[in-house]
Amino acid sequence: MLKRLIPHPLVSLMLLIVWLGLVNKVTLGNVILGGFLGLVVPAITAPYWPNRPKVGRPLVAAEYVLIVLWDIIVANVQVALIILFKPNKAIQSKWVTVPLELTSPEAITVLAGTITLTPGTVTAALSADGGALLVHCLHAEDEVAVRDEIKSRYEGRLKEIFQ
Amino acid sequence: MALWLEIIVSVFLVIGGVFGIVGSFGLVKLRDSMQRLHAPTKATTLGVGGVLIASMIYFGAIKGTLSFHELLITLFLFLTAPITANFIAKSFMARNMKPTDLPDTTRPYGWSVYDDPPGDTEMQEDARLED
Repeated sequence: MLKRLIPHPLVSLMLLIVWLGLVNKVTLGNVILGGFLGLVVPAITAPYWPNRPKVGRPLVAAEYVLIVLWDIIVANVQVALIILFKPNKAIQSKWVTVPLELTSPEAITVLAGTITLTPGTVTAALSADGGALLVHCLHAEDEVAVRDEIKSRYEGRLKEIFQ
Repeated sequence: MALWLEIIVSVFLVIGGVFGIVGSFGLVKLRDSMQRLHAPTKATTLGVGGVLIASMIYFGAIKGTLSFHELLITLFLFLTAPITANFIAKSFMARNMKPTDLPDTTRPYGWSVYDDPPGDTEMQEDARLED
């Protein structure tokens, strides 16, 4: 019964938080309205969510967010230095293939988004069978090192979180 | 408004502005579309991030109202920026590049810009057999 009422508890919670953020004021009325939206919207859209990914390890997920935020800051500075001080001829842009061990679409989406958000790398495409990502690096001397860093730093943790 | 608060807010505004201008400069300086794509992904992360942190501190500490809007802006940017970049990259690849310009997928199938997913070709073959 509870499962039918709240088919996707994380989405319900997310909707409540986003609603409170949008009105920018926490009052009892807003919480009730946000909670109502959190109940109704997942119930209506449930047919479009055939698979429900489980976020297994919230602590690892929190650690992942912090690591990504830190990497964004570090990589931003690195890319700013490349743009400002490297002559165009010295910038070696490379395509890198990252073979994936992740299988769930949600996990691959998060990984692809993370790669794009950390400056210096952009996810360009997925292989047709979903088994590899094509990443473009602004400046990389060694494509194997880039691939290994993505795999060990991000993919390993995502595997723990989603599987 | 305390001086040290003003200084902190200003520092974050300047950081945001500097990364914004470096990102825009990158758009002008870099050579091809794939390289230029790296510039806006940077401007949206630290450039906007700096301004948003400054805004949160300003409203939180000085006006005394806790503001969630900045967190939502961050959330929406983090959702939309990678998707936009991915679509620009894909259309660039489809128009200007050949599959032979790219590294191998290390899989039996090619990149999704040029190849159909496995299920689709099977379905097409089934349809052909039925005909």
